[in-house]
Amino acid sequence: MSQNPDTWLTRFHRLGSPPSFYRLAGILMPFIAIICIALFVAGLYGGLVLAPPDYQQGESYRIIYIHVPSAWMSMFVYAVLAATSAISLIWRMKLAEAVARASAPVGAAYTFLALVTGSLWGKPMWGTWWVWDARLTSELILLFLYLGYMALVAAIDDRRTASRAGAVLAIVGVVNLPIIHFSVEWWNTLHQGPTVTKFDQPSIAISMLIPLLLMAGAFKFHYLYTMLARVRVEILDSERRTAWVNTLVTSKAS
Amino acid sequence: MIEFFQMGGYAIYVWPAYALTALTLAVSVIAPIRRRKRLIRELSAIATQKERSRSE
Amino acid sequence: MKPRRKQRLILVSLLIAGVAVAAGLALLALQENINLFFSPSQVAAGEAPANTPFRLGGMVVDGSVRRSDGSLEIQFDLTDTANSVTVAYTGILPDLFREGQGIVAQGSLGTDGTFSATQVLAKHDETYMPPEVTEALEKAKAMGVQ
Repeated sequence: MSQNPDTWLTRFHRLGSPPSFYRLAGILMPFIAIICIALFVAGLYGGLVLAPPDYQQGESYRIIYIHVPSAWMSMFVYAVLAATSAISLIWRMKLAEAVARASAPVGAAYTFLALVTGSLWGKPMWGTWWVWDARLTSELILLFLYLGYMALVAAIDDRRTASRAGAVLAIVGVVNLPIIHFSVEWWNTLHQGPTVTKFDQPSIAISMLIPLLLMAGAFKFHYLYTMLARVRVEILDSERRTAWVNTLVTSKAS
Repeated sequence: MIEFFQMGGYAIYVWPAYALTALTLAVSVIAPIRRRKRLIRELSAIATQKERSRSE
Repeated sequence: MKPRRKQRLILVSLLIAGVAVAAGLALLALQENINLFFSPSQVAAGEAPANTPFRLGGMVVDGSVRRSDGSLEIQFDLTDTANSVTVAYTGILPDLFREGQGIVAQGSLGTDGTFSATQVLAKHDETYMPPEVTEALEKAKAMGVQ
C-alpha cells in the first residue's frame, strides 16, 4: 500500500479524523451560509412576489414554498440518519455516529414544520386541520421516529451503546420512507398525489416550480450548515481531553 | 402592497406558517453556534485554571 | 471486507429486509382501515359499513348541486364515473367546493340510499397553474383542439 501521505485515499481517511473534519467544516460553513441565504432570498421573492396565484387555490397555495421543502427534507434527513446509522454499525465510524446524532433534531424540526404548515394549508383548502389519511399519518409516525431516536440516545449513558441502539431504531424506521412517498398512490387519501417527485412531467407551472426548487435548495444548505455546526460541537465535546482541543481553546481565548 | 399581506384572504394561514418556519429554522441554526461558543469558553476556562494550578 | 464487518453488513441487511416484510404484511392486512374513504362503486357493491359512519369520496356531478332556500342545506351527487351517491349536508362548505371537484364526505348511509354527511372536505389534485393557463386550456378545449 502506498505510504505517500498525499494520496487522495489518505486525505479521505484523514478527513474522518475529528480535528480534520472540525477544521474543514469550519472553512466550508461560511460559504454554505452565504449560499443558503442567497437561495432563501431568491426562493422567497420568487414564491411570494413573482409567482402567480393558483387558478384553484389562489394565494393560499404559497404555503407550498415552505411545506414541500420541509416535507422533502424530513424524509431526506431521515435517509441520512438511517444511512449513517448503518455505516456506524457496520464500519464503526465515529464520524458517522456524530452525523447521525446531529441530524436527528434537525430532521425532527423539518417534520414538525411539514405537519404544521400542512395543517395551516389544509384548513382553508380541504376544510380540516387534520385527517388520519395514510400520508399525514405516516409523516406523523416519522416525527415519532425522530423523537424516539432522540429519546433513546439521550436515555442511555454510554455514548457508544446509545448510538448503537439509536442506529437500530433508525434503520428499522427507514421502511416508513417509501410508505410516506407511495401512500398517496397505494391508498385513498385526502392528500393529493405527487406534483414533482414522479416519473411524469411536473404538474406545476414553471414560474411556480422554480421558486419551489430554490427553496428546496435553501433548505438543503440550511440542513448542511446546521448539521455541521452540531457535529463540530459534538467533536469538541467528545474530544475535550485531547491536545488539539486544548490548543484550540487556549488560542481562541481572548 | 396591502394585497400582498392579505394573501387573497388567507393571510391568517399563510403568514403564521412562514413566521413559524423562519423561527424554527433560525433557532435550529443559532442553538449549536451558541453552544459551541459556550463550550469553547468553558474549556478554555478549565485549561487556564489547569495552567495556573500547575505553575503554582 | 473483514469477516466481522461482512457479518455486521449481513445482519443490518437482514434487519431492514425483515422489517420491510413485516411492515408489508401488516399494511396488506390493514388495507380496509388505511383507505380514507369508500368510492360510490364500493358503496353500491355493499362494501361500506351499514351502521357506522364512514367516509365517501368522489367527484361532484355537474348540475347535481341543489340548495334549499333560506338554510344551509345542500344536496349533491358524488360519482366515480361508474356509480354515484346522493349526499345531503347542512353546514358551511369548503372554499374549493364546486362542480367537478373531488370531495370526501363523512357521514352515514340512510335507508333511502342518501348519504347524510356531517363533514364535507374538498380534495384538490396535484396541479398548480396560474389562472391564465387554465383559461387558455379551457378555450382550447372548447374549440375542439387537443
